[in-house]
Amino acid sequence: MNAGLAFVFALLGVAASALAATRTNAARAVAFLLASLLALGAAFFALDATFAGALQILVYAGAVVAVFIFVLITVDSSARAIDQEGRGMRQAWPAAALASALILAPLVFAPVPADPPSSVTPSTTKDVGTLLFGPWAIAVEAASFLLLAALIGVRHIGGRDRNEEEG
Amino acid sequence: MMGGTMLIALLAASGGLFVAGAFGLVSRRGVLFQLISIEIMLGAPALAFIAAGAYHGNAAGQGMYVLVLALAAAEAALGLALYVRLRRGAAAEGSVGDSDGISELKR
Repeated sequence: MNAGLAFVFALLGVAASALAATRTNAARAVAFLLASLLALGAAFFALDATFAGALQILVYAGAVVAVFIFVLITVDSSARAIDQEGRGMRQAWPAAALASALILAPLVFAPVPADPPSSVTPSTTKDVGTLLFGPWAIAVEAASFLLLAALIGVRHIGGRDRNEEEG
Repeated sequence: MMGGTMLIALLAASGGLFVAGAFGLVSRRGVLFQLISIEIMLGAPALAFIAAGAYHGNAAGQGMYVLVLALAAAEAALGLALYVRLRRGAAAEGSVGDSDGISELKR
């Protein structure tokens, strides 16, 4: 495990996220989101969380970003929409600064936790599977219900209206 | 083997991710940008869970990450479906189509 390397990748992820959240061009925002997700995946690998790192790249950077790219074709990139985005960001920075102070202050003033005993070993994919399909089986079932509800909701929201089909 | 200082540093990076996403969520009007910001915000607890799991040598960190991932996938699918629906209405009206329009969506 190399926690320093993980921190470097996490900082890269923070930088890419800040860029993604402030771009007015949608394609660039999605590209920076992808960079941020891949940097987080690299940080997970550096923390020996190989299962989470693989999932991050396959599901987040693969599937979720692919759906975002499909939606990019409908983005309104007119001057009016871009101007509205820029105006909103110029007005909202005090609220964002306050939120950052509130979130980061407890970490700055928190006591530094003691180093864990050297007997701590990184958890393997087998450990994660034993946990998920043993004591956490109910949580996994709830997650599958969540995905099923999302599937039905998307079918309901995204489907065309009846009168739209006739017309 | 990870020290306590490193854990705090990684948690601070996770807080930075959350702040970047929260800034995007409150300052942007475009729904696609807000969805990107929510994805960034969901990445923050994922990093915190993985870092804490690595610090304690506990598989629960990665287990929670899997649950966060399922939530993010469901959120992205529903949010993008709402967005496509909103764009369809906005294109008909000729408006920009920001997130205020979602409250006017109906069958």
